[in-house]
Amino acid sequence: MTATHAALPGAGGATLPAPGGAPRPHPPLGRRGRRGTTWARRWEPRFYLIPAVVVLGGLLAYPLYQLVVVSLYDYRQANVSGSAPLRFIGLQNYARLLGDDAFWTVLGNTVVFAGACVVATLAVGGALALLATRLRPWSRTTLFLASLGAWATPAMTGSAVWLFLFDPTLGFVNQTLTAVGLEGFAGHSWTYDKWSAFALVGAEIVWCSFPFVMVTVYAGIIGVPTEIQEAARLDGASTWRIAVSIVAPILRPVLAIVTIQSIIWDFKVFTQIYVMTGGGGIAGQNLVLNVYSYQQAFAASQYGLGSAVGVITTLLLMVVTLAYLRALRRQGEEL
Amino acid sequence: MRSRTAAVALAATITLAATAACAPAQSGGSAATDDVQDGTLRVWLFSEVTQDPKEQVVDEAVAEFESAHDGVEVEIEYIPVDARSERFTGAFNDPSSAPDVAEIGNTDLAGFVDAGGLLDVTDAIADWDEGADIDPAVLDTTEIDGASYAVPWYIGVRALYYRTDVFDELGLEPPASLAELEETARAVRAARPELVGIATGGAAQFAFLPYIWAHGGQIAEQDADGAWTGTLDSAEAREGVAAYARLLGDDICPAQTCAEWGGNASVQEFVAGNAAMTIGGDFNRRAVDESAVGDRYAVVPLPGVEEGSIAPAFGGGNHLAVLSSTERRTLATEFVQLLAGKKYQQQMFDAMGNIPVFTDVQADVAEQVPAIEPFVETLAAGTAFVPVTPAWSTVDAQGVLPTMVQTVATGAADVETATADATAALDAAFGAQ
Repeated sequence: MTATHAALPGAGGATLPAPGGAPRPHPPLGRRGRRGTTWARRWEPRFYLIPAVVVLGGLLAYPLYQLVVVSLYDYRQANVSGSAPLRFIGLQNYARLLGDDAFWTVLGNTVVFAGACVVATLAVGGALALLATRLRPWSRTTLFLASLGAWATPAMTGSAVWLFLFDPTLGFVNQTLTAVGLEGFAGHSWTYDKWSAFALVGAEIVWCSFPFVMVTVYAGIIGVPTEIQEAARLDGASTWRIAVSIVAPILRPVLAIVTIQSIIWDFKVFTQIYVMTGGGGIAGQNLVLNVYSYQQAFAASQYGLGSAVGVITTLLLMVVTLAYLRALRRQGEEL
Repeated sequence: MRSRTAAVALAATITLAATAACAPAQSGGSAATDDVQDGTLRVWLFSEVTQDPKEQVVDEAVAEFESAHDGVEVEIEYIPVDARSERFTGAFNDPSSAPDVAEIGNTDLAGFVDAGGLLDVTDAIADWDEGADIDPAVLDTTEIDGASYAVPWYIGVRALYYRTDVFDELGLEPPASLAELEETARAVRAARPELVGIATGGAAQFAFLPYIWAHGGQIAEQDADGAWTGTLDSAEAREGVAAYARLLGDDICPAQTCAEWGGNASVQEFVAGNAAMTIGGDFNRRAVDESAVGDRYAVVPLPGVEEGSIAPAFGGGNHLAVLSSTERRTLATEFVQLLAGKKYQQQMFDAMGNIPVFTDVQADVAEQVPAIEPFVETLAAGTAFVPVTPAWSTVDAQGVLPTMVQTVATGAADVETATADATAALDAAFGAQ
């Protein structure tokens, strides 16, 4: 099979022009006579980066820097409005957080909940993208329109509508379940049990975030050159083999992006939890990091503490994302 | 690679240097020294569920004020109660966008004063001819270290609403003690399982606090130095928590549905006819009157532990305050004295049913409208209040009390553990200040 695999690009290249036309011969690289040209050659690309650096620096680096600085201070409302002096307390905010059992519970909740949401979103989105490639145009359009509706619904509205659907007494779901004979669901509260509440919120999150995955993966699948697949088929590859050895590698960058996006989104979820569980659930059982930092710190005007949670969230997300990117690179894929 | 290493080192150095050199922003004290006598006076009031009656009274006061002061315009803005924290934080950080006068909830006062946001109005109350008639217990809620930072506008106090038709049908009497209340509620649910015995919730903290106080407990105690210590783990407070949590049982108000309810949700259930009793405020009276159960209810003071006693109610209410950033402190103070004066408090009562803060006006309105008698009686029996410390807004935002009640009600922890955890959370909040 190795031979087949290696022969594929050649087979494609023989029948079709390579994308972008034949490679143009490069002008000879290396030193020119004058130093100035070399200098310009080396620095010119960096000048093109300046606008991006300015924007990223202003919109990303500076706020991040401020977040870190604030997290090192005792910074409450009184300190902000100037009626109490600023006090540098080093890592005390972090020590207070890391020494708090509730923080670790919330962190655990967040990781499990976000992980489950990512897996479910990718599974649903990917499966529907595959389905979309097999559908007739009109049913595909219907599928897309329906999921775009879910995608376009503001998080606030979506959460409220789901809550109405799952209302213990008046909700459509409970009434339907009761009507078909499941009497146990009369007045059943979906948000009373911790994991039932998480499952409900998770379902809403999957509902509003799978369309992005579906559309992106669908675009990726459509972008896989049919010639290569045809060539593989001519060489005797099975559908499964084509999926694993051709479609999957070509899709990998797309999958990487939707996975990272999903991880970041689901890790930072706020609105759905805040609205659907009334700010963190009964006795705070459904708190995730973002809601926790809002409740413990920002609503309570303890900005230093809240910033510390923010820094920890950012670091966690960076670690997860970098680990994921490294894993991809080790498999020989450059993004 | 060398240039990359150098760049990283450079970035690290800059970051370190900047971290050491810079501190987070601090607005440099918001107190203004000007005292302008004309121009626009900006006022923030809370928006209400039924806004019109309030707006009519306020508009009349504004018209009176404007005709008495040449060249003065009063601009009223109604802000949502839920967003008040963000709005006031913004106002304190940026004095130019702050109002001159604002309505505040009495539990927010200490935090706002700590943030340096409110003007000391002790003299304005002392020099005011109507100031002496303000109920002293209410005036206490405006004071920090002996100085008043707001003028009380109206009082909110809660009592026990019950359904007269249900009680008649089952031959029940309004309860005279908390133990009787529990039995009565249980009896109702046993006979009428479609009703909850008493609609009250795990997050209805102002319905829950009287249970602590009635059993002789306190949320926290203040020592001679002014430092607060949580006392929810005292034997008395634990009895109160246990008694309240028993209401959230399957035989009275099942935790499955009731644990999530706050004060408003509880009253909504009563209004919807799903409950035989609820702990509601004088400010809920209008909504109940207009509901389907409007002609089938009565109100008595929430009983205490002893037969025939009254549980100390939470002394809720709103004040009018002058912000320290105002450039029109005389005008602002005069407007507060007008709107919070007897004339407009009487009008606010007529329009909205809010109980006035003047003892003589209270007596008048209780005579005019017998329906508020139980609330005035509750007030007379003495009210209690949450700790007057800036840390209270933290405790409130962190939901310490609802978490404690919900933990017990759902059986996630016993009373001892839940109260110990809550006390630790209180102490952490008090200690952080």
